[in-house]
Amino acid sequence: MAAQILSAIITIIVGVGGAVAYFWGANRLLDIIFPSRGVAGAAAIDNLRRQGLIRPWLFIGPALIILTVYLIYPVVQTLWLSFHGRNGEDFVGFANYSWAFGDREFRNSIFNNLLWLAVVPAACTFLGLVIAVLTDKIWWGTIAKSLIFLPLAISFVGASVIWKFIYEYKGDGQTQIGLLNAIVQYLGGSPQVWISLPFWNNFFLMVILIWIQTGFAMVILSAALRGIPEETIEAAVIDGANPFQIFWKIMIPQIWGTIAVVWTTITILVLKVFDIVLTMTNGQWNSQVLANLMFDWMFRGGGDFGRGATIAIIIMLAVLPIMIWNIRQANRESGGH
Amino acid sequence: MANSTGKSFLGRFGVHIAVLVFVTIWTIPTLGILVSSLRDKDQIIASGWWNAFSSSSQTEAGRLPPASAQIEKDGKFVIEGNIFEEGQERNISAFGLRSAAPTEYEAGAVADLGDGVSLQLDEDGSFVMSSPVAFEGERGQRVYYESSAPPRFTTENYETVLFSEGIGRSFMNSLTVTVPATVIPIMIAAFAAYALAWMRFPGRALIIAVIIGLLVVPLQMALIPLLQLYNGVALFFGVPSKTYLGIWLAHTGFGLPFAIYLLRSYMAGLPRELMESARIDGASDFEIFIKIVLPLSFPVLASFAIFQFLWVWNDLLVAIVFLGSGSDQLVLTGKLNALLGSRGGDWEILTTSAFITIIVPLIVFFSLQRYFVRGLLAGSVKGG
Repeated sequence: MAAQILSAIITIIVGVGGAVAYFWGANRLLDIIFPSRGVAGAAAIDNLRRQGLIRPWLFIGPALIILTVYLIYPVVQTLWLSFHGRNGEDFVGFANYSWAFGDREFRNSIFNNLLWLAVVPAACTFLGLVIAVLTDKIWWGTIAKSLIFLPLAISFVGASVIWKFIYEYKGDGQTQIGLLNAIVQYLGGSPQVWISLPFWNNFFLMVILIWIQTGFAMVILSAALRGIPEETIEAAVIDGANPFQIFWKIMIPQIWGTIAVVWTTITILVLKVFDIVLTMTNGQWNSQVLANLMFDWMFRGGGDFGRGATIAIIIMLAVLPIMIWNIRQANRESGGH
Repeated sequence: MANSTGKSFLGRFGVHIAVLVFVTIWTIPTLGILVSSLRDKDQIIASGWWNAFSSSSQTEAGRLPPASAQIEKDGKFVIEGNIFEEGQERNISAFGLRSAAPTEYEAGAVADLGDGVSLQLDEDGSFVMSSPVAFEGERGQRVYYESSAPPRFTTENYETVLFSEGIGRSFMNSLTVTVPATVIPIMIAAFAAYALAWMRFPGRALIIAVIIGLLVVPLQMALIPLLQLYNGVALFFGVPSKTYLGIWLAHTGFGLPFAIYLLRSYMAGLPRELMESARIDGASDFEIFIKIVLPLSFPVLASFAIFQFLWVWNDLLVAIVFLGSGSDQLVLTGKLNALLGSRGGDWEILTTSAFITIIVPLIVFFSLQRYFVRGLLAGSVKGG
């Protein structure tokens, strides 16, 4: 273990040192090859221009190389793999896709993903908005926000253990140590194995993600609410609007853009949800989702890369509209600058 | 803002209650594992953690020592002792001799076993069984008793988990993965972000668009090709395919789009005059970046570092794909996932392990919340 810590420290030093050496050295080299100081006027201007052409690529080069190897190439390769067999060698056309849509587990995953998409972003945004509005009005709002925000720092696996403990089931008549079953029993119901109830177990898993992500929605929306000009609200009060009218007709329209951002961010997260399903049920009892199914096929029976890649492409297709919208939005903001 | 909603006393009271309800719901789950991780492991299954502060009672069965333990005293044969082990602080409230009636006798009462044999079991667990004739047999008398234990809090679970369950080792592995994977991308991203914000070159707009596009590319897209690539490289050079270097670079790659995006939008907001006056003074882009932009960007660098740290620390998917499952490479999230499978019902192990995995993020989060929130706002409100 000491060797491991040592190697980590050495890597940090080598990595950071290497980066410093590269950036400093490359820039120095450029200055030496095309000197702009101590040469005649025309040559200096010429060299400055050459420097200006090359230097941006020295700055951005390492990032471009890493992005290409770790993201751009894999996206293209995954697309290519999705048309090939389990080892990625023989071309199979759309066979993987037609397999997917005929597969019961895949269709179950699509159904569950749609369920997650319908519930989680809406629940997080709604709860986040309600809590943001409420905490703005009280003196201990900051503390309350911190506590609701806290689960965002917890890993999905950690959160799964936390909630598995809440859903813990002991036989009827025994002392329930899971909070949910204890409450159910206290109210006179009979305890349930919550995570194995088909269909409804999806919702018990969603609760975990909602618990984590509501804090995110709350913080973003709270900042947006603060940005609403006081005058618009004051004017509405003078005109005799009631609190609900102020909320729905004055505040909501002004933060509509932020709501959309929160919604899409959580939507992307939901499409990628993996850890929660893996640790809670591993897709049993009809709770499978695409990301976990994909992971499953990567390693199932030695791994079927063709099918795994196909499922990844399906997830990507779902994200694509949001991606295009983001790029167009960003282009509009920069205004061709 | 909108004081009107809370105008009435009742309305304002309602707001306090509503927020209190939300806060309670959001904190109770975490509180549950914290309290449980500090409880005695027998008490965890005997009562819910919300009863941790009251004594827990349970009915158990035990066996008295066999005939070989008897001594002869005043013409009678006696077996004496205590059914609890040394150091157990438990009190017996009732006991019995048949499983059908485990609480037949009050503690301290004398039970008649027939043939002149009697058994007295006191509250503190000490018993006296006496008989006019010698006891026989290899097996001792069976007794049932209801006992209650005062609440007991301990750090034993932490000792067990850290030193014999391998969580301590995984903790080190997580640190080994996280620190370089946080430090490496910062520098690469900072240079790229500066170039994209303040340098003019052909293709800049395209690169920015690509980076914004890559922000939302699901990780799943990258897994299989990278796994193949790593296997290929490992085969070619004859090195293992699952290495720390591999996961550091993978996390760097996955973190870069967000890093560049976040840093670029911050750097682009720095005042133009600052750069221009430095340039007139003869500073090169490299000098401007090192001496002016980098120091000014400290807050956003801190924001990104926190994000990347939390994301890498909490990651499970990348870790189980690119690292092995041996104890020298298993990170905390992976270990916790493995424990869920192998120690499914052992809540003293699971709650304690879970708390250890979340404690570092919680400390980072609470001490640096300001930067975290700032990064969150900059990362999502502006561009989405």
